[in-house]
Amino acid sequence: MESIFSFCFAILITPLLPAVIKKVKACFAGQQGPPLLINYYTMAKLFKKGSVYSTSTTFVFRMGPVVGCATSLMMLLFFPMAGVAPLFSFHGDVLLLFYLMGLGRFFTILAALDTASPFEGMGAAREAFFSILAEATIFCILVLFFRLTGSLSFADFFSSSHPIGLAGEHGALLILVIVALYMIMLTENARVPVDDPATHLELTMIHEVMILDHSGPDLALIELGAWFKLLFYSAFLAMLLNPFQLQNTWLSGLLFYAVVTFIYITIGTVESITARYKMNLVPKFILTPFVLVFFAAILTMELN
Amino acid sequence: MDKLLPIRNNKRVNRADIPDLPFDTFRRQLLACAAKGGQVVQFFAYEDQNVCKLLAVMRTDKLYIGGCDAPDAFASLTAESEKFHMFEREIGEQYGLKAEGHPWYKMVRYHANYNGKKDVFDNDYSQEIPGNYPYFRVEGETVHEVAVGPVHAGIIEPGHFRFQCCGERVFHLEIHLGYQHRGVEKLLQSVPMKRMPIIAETIAGDTTIGHGLCQAQALEALAGLEVDEGARTVRTIALELERIANHIGDLGALSLDVAFSPPAAYFGRIRGEYLNLTQILGGNRFGRGLVRAGGVTHVMGDEQKQLLRDKLAELTPEVEHINELIFSSPSVTGRFDNTGTVSRENAEQIGLVGYAGRASGLDYDARVSFPTECYGELPANSNERTDGDVRSRATVRREEIMHSTRLIMRLLDKQVEAKDYTPQELPLAPHSFVVSINEGWRGEVSHCILTDTDGKILRYKVKDPSFHNWIGLALSLRDEGISDFPLCNKSFNLSYCGFDL
Repeated sequence: MESIFSFCFAILITPLLPAVIKKVKACFAGQQGPPLLINYYTMAKLFKKGSVYSTSTTFVFRMGPVVGCATSLMMLLFFPMAGVAPLFSFHGDVLLLFYLMGLGRFFTILAALDTASPFEGMGAAREAFFSILAEATIFCILVLFFRLTGSLSFADFFSSSHPIGLAGEHGALLILVIVALYMIMLTENARVPVDDPATHLELTMIHEVMILDHSGPDLALIELGAWFKLLFYSAFLAMLLNPFQLQNTWLSGLLFYAVVTFIYITIGTVESITARYKMNLVPKFILTPFVLVFFAAILTMELN
Repeated sequence: MDKLLPIRNNKRVNRADIPDLPFDTFRRQLLACAAKGGQVVQFFAYEDQNVCKLLAVMRTDKLYIGGCDAPDAFASLTAESEKFHMFEREIGEQYGLKAEGHPWYKMVRYHANYNGKKDVFDNDYSQEIPGNYPYFRVEGETVHEVAVGPVHAGIIEPGHFRFQCCGERVFHLEIHLGYQHRGVEKLLQSVPMKRMPIIAETIAGDTTIGHGLCQAQALEALAGLEVDEGARTVRTIALELERIANHIGDLGALSLDVAFSPPAAYFGRIRGEYLNLTQILGGNRFGRGLVRAGGVTHVMGDEQKQLLRDKLAELTPEVEHINELIFSSPSVTGRFDNTGTVSRENAEQIGLVGYAGRASGLDYDARVSFPTECYGELPANSNERTDGDVRSRATVRREEIMHSTRLIMRLLDKQVEAKDYTPQELPLAPHSFVVSINEGWRGEVSHCILTDTDGKILRYKVKDPSFHNWIGLALSLRDEGISDFPLCNKSFNLSYCGFDL
């Protein structure tokens, strides 16, 4: 029961959080910014619309958004939000999930290539390249967590008797992981300094340029998928950051979402105080977290 | 160069005095001037009593003019000096005179020529462009082509950009414009005089004062009008306000293009403040209807002066503060540095003007070299950074904002008031020529007027600085990442309609 409630709440709150980033950025720019509920309005608007399909596209183009959204949603099914046991869990689910996410990306890229637009092809190439680099870090984190917990499931990472956390016994190692994961989050979710979600310049885009041809409900699904993914990464970070193990589910839930919101605020802050990197520097940025995590993994060698 | 006639900015020249050389001599003279570092101000064809003629105005530290009867096909000057390349293409397009041996002979704006000669580019103008124009292509397995425009994602003007890339790297960029060709030059020759300033002010909406001023000065020179000190002051202030407003808008846009949003928001607001100052000066935020041949339509009283002074004193520290924010952020300067570099040598070769030229180390500033209005008494600006990259172009603009503010403050202290302006029909001197040059915010704006024996306008020639600088943008992209194109583009911020005329 708790698990179902936690899952539904996570889905409902998903569109709210990215609006926090927009608010923060507006604050830095001395503007009022859009209302916090903007994304709900956008969703309602997009789902009311019809989709427009180019005659040069095939069924692959229509599959992209559906698969993309579904795979991101699955991440939330398996993730223990606020330490509440997830709806599904089995040993090795993390591997499946990250590859499912890869599958979602694969279809988004295919859909982009299907339009035969030179922009979208360029965006697809960048996305494919950068996500390969990011994957190295993610799996390095999993290797590290496996060494720490002996398990490969989110539920075991965070809701077992000895959950991984900053306050736990390997807290020092986790500082490296948290920094790395934060950078990966920025990369995977097309945020500054890797990508600029607010730009209108097709030639500089990575993620946005791949979805230029999608419209209406398709676009809504893509946006939703992106928000689920961002929520997943910040929830992952929040679980690592959260120092308290509260017995009261409500209180710990509140605390958890407070940390998540804080992470969104930091994203907004980063986007306001840094410019985007030059495209040829981005790989260096993405490989930095790999080095951090790899170092952390080396440090665990003496443990066993 | 000895056969060319030295002339002065905004001074009427009797057309009989313009040296009429044989084409070969004309060509040698122009090339000799270009070889000595001279640049082309104007080079165009016109038709007088059914004879096609060429006319060129060159600049070194002085202005020189020369003309010749145009042969139907002539040996291209571009083959020896790239400075002439756009001008020769324009001559071919407008009057069907073929420049033989031109290395890159293509149309400029895509329209049929004025005198019904055979088209030199073999174009069929009932066809749409760019579908059937063979763009320069790079062949190879890993080379791919990216076509952008003419309709763009943002609210900007139409232009087609064709990139030849290898992965993210740009080998070559070809820019094709002409989508906004309105026939401004022809129009200016045909409308009643009272409509002329209205058209001039809309040649390029962001250079309203620049073009308006050029035309007013040219007409004044031909009509023998003197402008009083007060009106000259107002005009100078208006031109400088236009410069500040545009530079501020572009610095904001530059920071937005690298996803550094706060300065963009601040500068967006502050640009509006400067536009409002222009409104205080002339009743319109973009300076329309202010400059007219003979004077200015709005008198600047003590109240306006005080408003301007107070507002400038309030805004200047804010502007400097935001500039500091942009230029002191390592992530921003990391994007600006060494991006889109145009070497001094290349800039010289293609004749870059304005801040783009100054950022590449060419000192030319029309306000200093050929001063008009009040510029003769005002101090010049100097630029600290001249590496030719985006950072330099941005820094030059930052410095120009401060310089212009100082100029305006100085002008506001002058105790002069403009005389009331009364519109009048101006009789233009017959058989005359005048060239007028001003440093618009983007660079050298120049208008030329030729009158016939009845004092009617025979040829009106307009040149926006963009005419020189678009090729600079193409060069800045060589070997650059394609994702840096928007940044380079914004650092030049050239005018499409000013080019298309």
